[in-house]
Amino acid sequence: MVTSPFETPQEHVDTSPEVADDVKQTTCYMCACRCGINVYLKDDKVRYIEGNPDHPVNKGILCAKGSAGIMQHNSPARLSKPLLRVGERGAGEFKEIEWEEALGLATEWLGEVRARDPRKFAFFTGRDQSQSLTGWWAAQYGTPNFAAHGGFCSVNMAAAGLYTIGGSFWEFGEPDWDHTRYFMLFGVAEDHDSNPIKAGLGKLKTLGQAKFVSVNPVKTGYSAIADEWIGLRPGTDGLFVMALIHELLKAEKIDWDFLGRYTNATWLVIDDPGAEDDGLFARDSEGAALCWDAQKQAAVPAKDIGAGAAVVGRFTLPDGRQAVPSFELLAKRYLEPGYAPEAVAEQIGLPVETIKRIAAELAEAAFEKEIVLDIPWTDWAGRRHERMVGRPVSMHAMRGISAHSNGFHTCRAIHLLQVLLGSIDCPGGFGYKAPFPKLIPPSPLPAGKSVAPNTAIAGMPLGFPLGPDDLLVDGEGQPLRLDKAYSWDFPLAAHGLMHMVIHNAWAGDPYPVDVLMMYMANMGWNSSMNVQGTLGYLTDKDPETGDYKIPKIIYSDAYYSEMVPYADLILPDTTYLERWDCISLLDRPISSAHGPGDAIRQPVCKPDRDVRPFQDVLIDLGARLGLPGLTAEGGGAKYPGGYADYIVNHERSPGIGPLAGWRGAEGDQQGTGAPNPDQLQRYIENGCFWTHKLEPSQLYFKHSNRDYLAFAKQMGWIPSEEPITMQLYSEILQKFRLAARGHGKNQPPEAQRARIEAYFDPLPIWYAPFEEAAVADEGYDLHAITQRPMHMYHSWGSQNAWLRQITARNRLFVHPETAAKHGIEDDDWVWVISHHGRVKGQVRVMYGVNPETVWTWNAIGKRRGAWALDKDAPESNKGFLLNHIISELLPAREGGTRYSNSDPVTGQAAWYDLRVRLERCEPAENGATEPFFDPVKTPPSARPKQPAVLRYGADLKGQGAPGADRQAPAQEWIGNRHEVARTVPGVADGRGNQKGKVATLAETPPKVEPPAEGGV
Amino acid sequence: MTSLPSQSGPVKLGLVIDLDICVGCHACAVNCKEWNTSGHSAPLTDTDPYGADPTGVWFNRIHTFEVVSDDGDSRTVHFPKSCLHCEDAPCVTVCPTGASYKREDDGIVLVNAEACIGCKLCSWACPYGAREYDEDAGVMKKCTLCVDKIYNENLPERSRVPACVSTCPAGARHFGDLGDPESEVSLLVAAREGYELMPEQGCAPVNRYLPPRSKANPAEVERAAPLVATAETADGSAGLLARWVDRMLTR
Repeated sequence: MVTSPFETPQEHVDTSPEVADDVKQTTCYMCACRCGINVYLKDDKVRYIEGNPDHPVNKGILCAKGSAGIMQHNSPARLSKPLLRVGERGAGEFKEIEWEEALGLATEWLGEVRARDPRKFAFFTGRDQSQSLTGWWAAQYGTPNFAAHGGFCSVNMAAAGLYTIGGSFWEFGEPDWDHTRYFMLFGVAEDHDSNPIKAGLGKLKTLGQAKFVSVNPVKTGYSAIADEWIGLRPGTDGLFVMALIHELLKAEKIDWDFLGRYTNATWLVIDDPGAEDDGLFARDSEGAALCWDAQKQAAVPAKDIGAGAAVVGRFTLPDGRQAVPSFELLAKRYLEPGYAPEAVAEQIGLPVETIKRIAAELAEAAFEKEIVLDIPWTDWAGRRHERMVGRPVSMHAMRGISAHSNGFHTCRAIHLLQVLLGSIDCPGGFGYKAPFPKLIPPSPLPAGKSVAPNTAIAGMPLGFPLGPDDLLVDGEGQPLRLDKAYSWDFPLAAHGLMHMVIHNAWAGDPYPVDVLMMYMANMGWNSSMNVQGTLGYLTDKDPETGDYKIPKIIYSDAYYSEMVPYADLILPDTTYLERWDCISLLDRPISSAHGPGDAIRQPVCKPDRDVRPFQDVLIDLGARLGLPGLTAEGGGAKYPGGYADYIVNHERSPGIGPLAGWRGAEGDQQGTGAPNPDQLQRYIENGCFWTHKLEPSQLYFKHSNRDYLAFAKQMGWIPSEEPITMQLYSEILQKFRLAARGHGKNQPPEAQRARIEAYFDPLPIWYAPFEEAAVADEGYDLHAITQRPMHMYHSWGSQNAWLRQITARNRLFVHPETAAKHGIEDDDWVWVISHHGRVKGQVRVMYGVNPETVWTWNAIGKRRGAWALDKDAPESNKGFLLNHIISELLPAREGGTRYSNSDPVTGQAAWYDLRVRLERCEPAENGATEPFFDPVKTPPSARPKQPAVLRYGADLKGQGAPGADRQAPAQEWIGNRHEVARTVPGVADGRGNQKGKVATLAETPPKVEPPAEGGV
Repeated sequence: MTSLPSQSGPVKLGLVIDLDICVGCHACAVNCKEWNTSGHSAPLTDTDPYGADPTGVWFNRIHTFEVVSDDGDSRTVHFPKSCLHCEDAPCVTVCPTGASYKREDDGIVLVNAEACIGCKLCSWACPYGAREYDEDAGVMKKCTLCVDKIYNENLPERSRVPACVSTCPAGARHFGDLGDPESEVSLLVAAREGYELMPEQGCAPVNRYLPPRSKANPAEVERAAPLVATAETADGSAGLLARWVDRMLTR
């Protein structure tokens, strides 16, 4: 076609090719963010995945993970058929078997245990988005030994929030991005609520009317665009927050009205040292908490809207006892000179002036920049307010704060700070997402006190204890659960302790199990502390019987992860594009502060392998085992249609099922209503999600808002329309303390009294993280933590053909001063040494890190042979896991007791407590990581070997209709158009290339009209 | 050896990238890859995808680096980089076969794979390193500004923008006609003092970058008045508690 080299030849560019035979909508699963996606399909292959513009979570945007879904869906590491172990555990020697044989075996193993002692079956899941099914299934089976990954992720954050404000960050709450004037982000947060936070930060920075402060020892990711980076020392966030509280109290920059209306600040705390009710709230004969009415000079119910309640003072109750308002206890605590910036600055690693300035900025944002919305609303007592007035300070925290052994109290301290500023569920503050706020704590209690053969347990395995009587302990105070959740070791372990399951099952502490079943949890590698030890537990045999100490392990995963070779029976799962799922209000839904929402996944591709969705398998197994909730009357499967059948027809309580949208026989009800056979179809028609937009009068102060509370009760989220009172002073924690002091019928064993006394302080405390305290004098001079790369999440991420081109190995990042001190230079190989062991990695020097901290990316390192990566892949040769040097047990205490390396209140895994020292490697040691494991064998498989050259998409290139040289006009696109329009004259309001439409497009879904003829 | 259009049209489509809010998440790069691997220059080949040295063709790459001031204060910068669709594109004029060319209608610089001999002169000529050689196909590839997406009548209107732009989670990317001083992107560039990359190279790039805003004074809130204790607190809380004795709160 080139006629002359001196002329520009004209290429025919096809500007309107056909790109898809079909576009299907579903929900992403490349992380836990739950974005809506449009999947373009061509020739039964995935051509393109984009964010669904109408979806409430992501509004059209999609991150690197979601955009790499094609490679996940087509990964050569996918399992393709059920596998039965034939060699030794860990060798990776399997034979392929048929599903019928696999399910028959599982039924046999599980049925035998159920008939004998259901506790001997433990069922733990990873980043499972079907926990309302998996937990309920465990209960039907009759074992209390169920939990998901929360115990090693962020249960401190969740529990602290649910025991303090009745909601928590991320799934149960979010910053009011549209109105906030000051946003504080604590710790690594790049992996949770991924897209909404990025979008929120973009909004804030585009508008330029808020300050964004990032509190994180490492300046990458979001911290890189923060207006101020507070690079404090890991584990001292609580101290920092308490110093801020000290400053605010001292200057009286606190929201008195908010404290009076919405918190227990005025509730009277009994002061009667030694008595069984010392430190509990004074209550009337009906159990209502009392305050001191300064006008009447009498104790009256704190709910009394006519009372003028004292905040300080010592008062005599009618029975003669003394009591003080809880606020006084709080104020005395944090006004102590020990919390002054001057006293804590050095420990935190910040200048005194910085702490004071941040406190002043918070006060200024909260009290000088209040947000006033002219929206009338009515409070719980029927009082009408003409306006909604907000204190526009918002905060977010996730695993960075959670993953310390002082994390529960630190998280509570953050909530305390928010409440003192009056910035909970107000314009510009933190907003609850439905179904929150709930009672503090929410129901139910954890079930499993009694277990009987062939019998379901009476409730759900995970719940929220109200006091010592709700613990799962035996007569001697010993744990009833395998992971010791809800025992005196970890009384408020609301998400269980998955990180202890394999250790405890191996040790037979508190008892051995017969069958361990796990789902998408890579416990043979990056989800376990002490990986080498864990692999030892999985392969260790009883010398007398020659049997494995954990006799049978069933594992379901979609990929050949490091855990697969250590299981006996493998149930291959599908990818996220091949399955039904529901993102339920019974679990962790897609609600926003503007209203409730839930979502589904639908299969957009058919599996090309002999695999089944794990949820289908679970429901099938339930029927084979004859579990009560899964068996029809008269026998047979109750949900023969599998998970899809369950999603539509299961009712947790009458009228309440997994999905809230389009309920009722006619599909015209939401929240409650009979099952609707067309429900999934209605979801699909609506883009695979359902939302309900709250009325403006319901949008804020939900904890106290009459219209909202009535709606929440009608939806079945709260038992009554009573207001929800935030618990600054936690009576529940005090109840445990009283037990430690010898009160009540359930008391901790002698050896644990002091621990309970110390860590169940009813007001937030700070203490040095356990590992740091334990090895203080042993020369471990540095903290070692991880950050999450924004382009990876699950352990899947780092074997994704596209994502691993971005990061295929991780470095150890070291501050130049620290490097110099250790005689280390950029690119040097070093040993990172903890009290538990050592791991080798290569250094990258960087300035943006706290000098007392080294860090690396999380979960890049892989084991050779796993994930269908070549044996010389950088992930397994140069990448490394800090997990190798993190012990699941703390160093021995007095008496030889070794507690789990976890928070003493919740059992949260204390990943970030790690203390290390560095040693430069000898030249001969350079070049490869250590510990270096033998490669695992690849299982038998019908899969094609991974290609040496990947030309994905070459055959999917579309062509335009012949002869039709169509060309639509180009559209302008302004990212953050709504915000840019406010700052750049001439830019029209709207979103993206849609002018004139407001940015909250997706928050106002079209009203769903009832179907004309009883369903679609 | 290849001519630029003798008369460039008034339309200069391009990208505007806001470095103040780019968090370096790689969403733009990966979404670009998944669109374009079946697009105009399909495929965006990956070699050794599961091996020791996985490398592939990417039209858009994010460079992350630290800028350190003399006093040791650092700034982490995420810098997304793709073809800037230069007005004086040296990659075009250097091309011996006419494969590399600039469209008259909209200024998009493309490679005609049929004519490309894979000599790589263009990648040497491009001062931005924005060209991507596909070893497997033996041809040069590069950002097409999603030419098969932005005009595509088979897509809904709101999808007719470059993939990197519509997917950006932080809203850091913008797309439009930078040849029209009244266009929204041009107004944005003017308001934010957007700049062209390496103007000294004389390539007249069309894309613009919006610089990070000063962190010294990002918001009024930074000038908050210092907090002043309302009572003497050197010895603890007594002074304040005394002050609060008569305070009454209502429910």
